[in-house]
Amino acid sequence: MTRLRVVRIALWLGAMVLAAVIVARANYTADLSAFLPRAPSERQRLLVDQLRDGPASRLLLIAIEGGNAQARAQLSRAIAQQLRGDAAFSTVDDGEPVSEERDRDFLSAHRYLLSESVTPQRFTVEGLNAAIDDTIASLATPAGLVAKSLLPSDPTGEFLQVLNQLDPSVQPRSTAGVWSSLDGARALLVASMRASGSDIDAAERAVQAIRAAFAAAQRASGTPAVRAAQLLVTGAPLFAVEARATIRHEAVRLSIVSTVLIVTLLLAVYRSVPVLLLGLLPVTSGALAGIAAVALGFGVVHGITLAFGITLIGESVDYSIYLFVQSRGAPAGTVESERRARVLWRTILLGVLTSVCGFASLLPSDFPGLAQLGLYSIAGLIAAAAVTRFVLPSLMPRAFQVRDLTPLGDMAARILLRVRAWRWLLSIVAILAVVALYLQRDALWNRDLAALSPTPARAQALYATLRADLGAPDVSDFVVVSGADLQTVLRACENIAMALDPLISARTIGSFDSPARYLPSMATQAARRASLPDPQELRARLHAATAALAVRAERLEPFIEDVARARTAPLLTLADLQGTSFATGFDALMMHQHDRWIALLPLHAAQATVAPAASAMQQLRSALERAAPGQAQLLNLKSESDALYASYLSEALRLSAAGLAAIVVLLLVTLRSPARVARVVAPLVLAVLAVAAALLFGGRSLTILHLIGMLLIVAVGSNYALFFDRTRTDQHAGTAPLTLASLLIANATTVVGFGVLAFSQVPVLAALGSTVAPGAFLALVFSAALSRAPPTRPNP
Amino acid sequence: MLLGLLIAPSARAAQDDLDRLMALLAEREHGHVSFVEEDYLAVLERPLHSSGELFYDRPERIEKRTLAPHPASVILDHDTVTLEARGHTHVVALRDYPQVAPLVESLRATLAGDRQALEKIFQITFEGSLEHWTLALVPLDTKLKGVAQRIRIDGARDELQTLTILLADGDHSVMTIGASMPP
Repeated sequence: MTRLRVVRIALWLGAMVLAAVIVARANYTADLSAFLPRAPSERQRLLVDQLRDGPASRLLLIAIEGGNAQARAQLSRAIAQQLRGDAAFSTVDDGEPVSEERDRDFLSAHRYLLSESVTPQRFTVEGLNAAIDDTIASLATPAGLVAKSLLPSDPTGEFLQVLNQLDPSVQPRSTAGVWSSLDGARALLVASMRASGSDIDAAERAVQAIRAAFAAAQRASGTPAVRAAQLLVTGAPLFAVEARATIRHEAVRLSIVSTVLIVTLLLAVYRSVPVLLLGLLPVTSGALAGIAAVALGFGVVHGITLAFGITLIGESVDYSIYLFVQSRGAPAGTVESERRARVLWRTILLGVLTSVCGFASLLPSDFPGLAQLGLYSIAGLIAAAAVTRFVLPSLMPRAFQVRDLTPLGDMAARILLRVRAWRWLLSIVAILAVVALYLQRDALWNRDLAALSPTPARAQALYATLRADLGAPDVSDFVVVSGADLQTVLRACENIAMALDPLISARTIGSFDSPARYLPSMATQAARRASLPDPQELRARLHAATAALAVRAERLEPFIEDVARARTAPLLTLADLQGTSFATGFDALMMHQHDRWIALLPLHAAQATVAPAASAMQQLRSALERAAPGQAQLLNLKSESDALYASYLSEALRLSAAGLAAIVVLLLVTLRSPARVARVVAPLVLAVLAVAAALLFGGRSLTILHLIGMLLIVAVGSNYALFFDRTRTDQHAGTAPLTLASLLIANATTVVGFGVLAFSQVPVLAALGSTVAPGAFLALVFSAALSRAPPTRPNP
Repeated sequence: MLLGLLIAPSARAAQDDLDRLMALLAEREHGHVSFVEEDYLAVLERPLHSSGELFYDRPERIEKRTLAPHPASVILDHDTVTLEARGHTHVVALRDYPQVAPLVESLRATLAGDRQALEKIFQITFEGSLEHWTLALVPLDTKLKGVAQRIRIDGARDELQTLTILLADGDHSVMTIGASMPP
């Protein structure tokens, strides 16, 4: 064993141990954050924060079906009671009036601070007269039963005013005392996790707690109706948990399937376990190096990146195949084998550089997931190629010999002749693909971020159904107000409310919610408190105000007492809301993040099914600009996220084009012949076009992941094209049939590796698989068809 | 025994009249009438006057639309009650309001001629004749007695004329039903 060999093997082992240590200590995540872009603008950051940590990201919707109404209500109450005692949940609501009494006491006690109609004018003689007249008239309405008992202490009707202020425009239907769907067939609960929506471990525990509570409640009762009931859970935290489970599960399952398939294939070719193991060395080295590089570069490794690791098998296993198959007839360690390895190395090096050019274009992407894939591929391919070049020959035993694959190569050569005869077909394929793509150019790219969502459509439909059951369809239009302190933000919310009221009267918008309704700003509270007259004055004014009314001022002494108490009561703070259901309402609309307070004012359309028109949005924007200049933004979640995704798609397209240009420049520099470069690039471009057209014909519009798949076609296919190019020019290229055989085997492993991915449940992986598997095959066929001279068969 | 014999025929006659009245009422498919209501509340110095219209579609839908002095409406449709006042709408399930539901049910079941439904909640006394009748409804349930003491409905043949509700606290309301209006 030469010293050089020892040094190489030692260096490699050392590097692998280091990489293994890094891989073992790395942080892994499988949430969707990799596909939420690093947001450049504040509005986009708000959007991403909303998706990741917003109230909706913490909300779990629970439904109970089957059994009968009594059984469902019984289960609903039991689950709610169990979960209310669980610290993992901040709120649990099943429609039971658990905090009703406390809520009523709170609103009643603080009605003069909370009511929007409390102004100095309200407490003048005219104001009191109008308000009391109003209240008396309302006694004849169905609400009169309540109003009647309140009249002596609250003749101006502030309690009902506050109730109306806070009343959600639509309330869930109630059946047997708990929330239910409109038809009563499902009992409904809403639970909000205490942890952030991005904490998937917490989400998993929360979902388990819900299932456990249901199971326990079912066991505790055990009547047939209760046992017949079923639990449904949905919501963003569950989606995140399931997505992570799917990604984990798929990464393992697909890795195993494709590894087994590739190992079987290689065993059939090599017929030797030691050779097989040697052949897998570059693959495992590359995977270790890739994960280690990502862990070092990003601090956290995404599950998608790991799953992507198996796709790297497809390309890096090729290197050892080329080495083993093409070095046949030249025993390892001999001068001949070193020479052949050097020649082979030149082609592989160029192939690696081509791939690196392609993947380097992903590095600047604002999608962390894509940047990770880029870094992983670059590090993995370089490591795999380096191991193939420097370590494998040193490890190959002296008597190393793979099976003679010349018969396979000969067969391939005969096929090649036929294929070349049909090469004119390629121009038709090219024309058809270009025409198809041109005709479909508007539907070419899917601009919907949801296309990347790993949540199945069925789960999304259940979520939408339960939201509708709750009378709370997803709101997509928000006014977002942010500021450094709570009071500033509340003030801004109040100014905005005043600006929005005329738009509600004009039916431009239907209604809106605001955190300031639950907790008015200190300034507003103080102003309301200051508009309350002292008892003496109030008594005098009441006498004048009720002179012509059906109620006598003497009956209203409780009112004078309440006002006197309100005049000296302290103003409300956030802490005062605790223990009432208004704390939940407030928390859903106000976030405290990164030392900033962010209020969300959901806008409800005037007609439930119709989104506000563009002109309405313009009116809204100018109203906001007047009311809270620089503090408020109008945010449409759907259009904002789609616009964001569209910008990343076009970014990725630009980057890919740059990557392609870099590949062409690289080839021009190394091959020094535009004609040769054209012959190398043409089959790759053709394969990409054909696959894109086929995908479109299959009814799929392309996402950013298909684009990555196309980059992979170029990366893998460039090796084929370069080998065909070399076969023609380099007389030391090894025997041509062996080259052909190695290309066939390499292609088969790639098609198998990616073909397995195409069957994944994760849209991201399926998109990659369905693009690369046919693309790699076409790249081989097209490269063969376009290769120039027929390979000459040297004498053995 | 003799007394029983004396009472029985007249009681049976009342039962028969009640059945006939119910059958007569059940024939009506739609109704649209005006109403005037006086509410006598202890807290007020003088009665509260309101007016509006009543709509009825056999057998499950009834709407009381108050027009003056304050527009408001309450709609009972099957089990769902929709309350509208001051631009706010509340939809509630009737069965979730066991204290108030029977008050609404008394009017609906009478209009529908649904004797069974009435007898589930009230003890019914029929007086007078088909030409001029009075139904007195007394809640069977003690909880409901805490809300309303008695309901009295006067009518002539298939037309209701007054609806008087005496609440537990002594407040009472008298609704006088006017002539039929075009549907």
